[in-house]
Amino acid sequence: MKKGGVALFAAFLFTGVYAGEWGGFVEGRLGTRLQEDPLEKQGSVEDLRAQVATRGFLGPADYDLCVDFLYNGLNPDLEDVNLETGNGWLDLRSANILWAPVPWMDLKIGRQTLTWGTGDLVFLNDLFPKDWVSFFNGRDIEYLKAPSDSVYSAMYFGDWILDLVWSPRADTDRYLTGTYMSFYPFVYTADNPLPTHRPHSGDASLRLKTTFGEVETALYGYYGFWKSPAGFTAEGVGFFPDLQVVGGSALTPFAKGIGNVEVAYYNSSEDSDGSNPMIQNSEARFLLGYQQELMADLSMGAQAYSEWLQDYEAYKENLQPGEPLRDEWRQLLTLRLTWFQMNQTLMLSSFIFYSPTDVDGYARLLAEYKWSDTLTLSAGANLFAGESETFFGQFQDDTNMYVAVRRWW
Amino acid sequence: MKIRIPFYMILLIVCRLNAADEPLTGDAVAEMAEQAAYYAGDDGKSDVRMVITDANGQERIREFRVLRLNGEDNKQMFFVYFNEPADVREMSYLVHKQGGGGEDDRWLWLPAISKVNRIAPGDKRTSFVGSDFVYEDISGRSLNEDKHELLSEDADFYVIRNTPKDLSKVDFASYDVWVRKDNNLPVKAEYVDGEGKVVRRVTADKIEVFEGIPTVTQSTVEDPRRGSKTVNTFSNVEYNIGLKERLFSERYLKRPPREATR
Repeated sequence: MKKGGVALFAAFLFTGVYAGEWGGFVEGRLGTRLQEDPLEKQGSVEDLRAQVATRGFLGPADYDLCVDFLYNGLNPDLEDVNLETGNGWLDLRSANILWAPVPWMDLKIGRQTLTWGTGDLVFLNDLFPKDWVSFFNGRDIEYLKAPSDSVYSAMYFGDWILDLVWSPRADTDRYLTGTYMSFYPFVYTADNPLPTHRPHSGDASLRLKTTFGEVETALYGYYGFWKSPAGFTAEGVGFFPDLQVVGGSALTPFAKGIGNVEVAYYNSSEDSDGSNPMIQNSEARFLLGYQQELMADLSMGAQAYSEWLQDYEAYKENLQPGEPLRDEWRQLLTLRLTWFQMNQTLMLSSFIFYSPTDVDGYARLLAEYKWSDTLTLSAGANLFAGESETFFGQFQDDTNMYVAVRRWW
Repeated sequence: MKIRIPFYMILLIVCRLNAADEPLTGDAVAEMAEQAAYYAGDDGKSDVRMVITDANGQERIREFRVLRLNGEDNKQMFFVYFNEPADVREMSYLVHKQGGGGEDDRWLWLPAISKVNRIAPGDKRTSFVGSDFVYEDISGRSLNEDKHELLSEDADFYVIRNTPKDLSKVDFASYDVWVRKDNNLPVKAEYVDGEGKVVRRVTADKIEVFEGIPTVTQSTVEDPRRGSKTVNTFSNVEYNIGLKERLFSERYLKRPPREATR
């Protein structure tokens, strides 16, 4: 299907193109761990990347093509191109066409990046693939979202928008395998990565959105799989158990800023009573957020997030010996501060996650300077703290800092 | 072909008639100026080139297209689509201006992370893409935000003083605007702080006429506190091109219409 999509796109390309806009960048990015990790290399990121992007029109349709050519110094196996995991010298970021078959519908087919929901770096109803390695090791934030190979239809009925996304083969997260980052229980490495069975059937997402006065509201649904391995076979192979999600969100101007609330229920249907220790239980997720500008060029965003593990008694009874016990409620607080200086050419930002229940945390620090309109310099750090079996604490030895130079063209 | 008399023409005529009898109020001049500067035609399109010069003399360029559509009761919609620089290319910005008061709704589409960001009402005095213009300058500051008094007038200009009703929302104490009598365009604005020191100066440097509509084609903002200035040059100005209301929606924010990109 994927190859078919690319071929279809290529066919379009050679049958007459209105040459649209071209753009892209060349980037070098180097990062290092701030401590030793016995399981990993000292480098946390070593990228030399060139992005080429173009978009334009083909008759009634818009096309969008974006390709990254990557030399990954930490895993310089150029041959092993995998468009799903992003491995190898080529990462296809987008390749899609969009047109309106009927006036009230947009159809976008092909490789694309999808996002929805109201959270800031916290995801409830956004079940689109994410690249956790890129997020934690200091790549640009745009790489947190991994592309999907999907049919996306957006239908517009007056003030109502119905979005349907179908991926013939579900795209998983670009999850941690041990190749770049170590994690609990610290057995997987680049030479012994986490083995997984990827899902072979499709998944579907739905959103119904409308506005009541000032308030933007949405209902969501998802039918598919956990996006990162949330189940393990008896042989220790990770897999992606069935998952259905329903949820809703509201976002509105509030006081001097914007407030948002979002809820989601994750039904882990392969472990519906929560008794299977090899498959993650169902959970409910809640988010409350608020952001506003504190003063000129300084803005903040704060969020309170909770995960409520369902069937907690069954989970506790069946917990395998030696497995760390999860709390029934996991609480997470986040704080974002963004400060612009020098006509917005210098940006300093910090994003802190802190969990009072896990007693762990994660800080993302970034300084970005636009030397000119075409040259951006940045430096940042990803700092993890906590016990080695908590969510952020397990990444302690991955604590890193990085520098990057990006030349746009 | 239907001949439409633009609303501002009627206003202009009414004002002229008034002018003969009694002096205009500050409110009337402010409204005339707003109509001339922001409401010309039924809709409009313009390409903007912004040159930002910082205190060290370094220049940054921004290029974008603005589409505008007038609605009823002074409501308006704006669509801004960026071409340059590369790091904001394809970014778009949408404003639903409420006209008669009430907070405007603003959204920003960030293509790099494919996200629509709602902009908080408190952020309208924030620098627009690093320039000396603020978000509010793009779509115009609501008349209801200020009290307007006529300070003086001579043969060529009205001068009005605008004092914000809520000083906590702004970074100045008041601003004076010079409005040309012949075409109603505001051609200079000086923002002062509590001590009367000029903290921001906006000037219309060049005016051209398109389809009979006097239009500012070059404007400058200076910020003496930062030592920076921004020059806007407007080109490809068109009016009454028949823009559709549906272009000014979340749908086209994420998928910029060809009216914006071509």
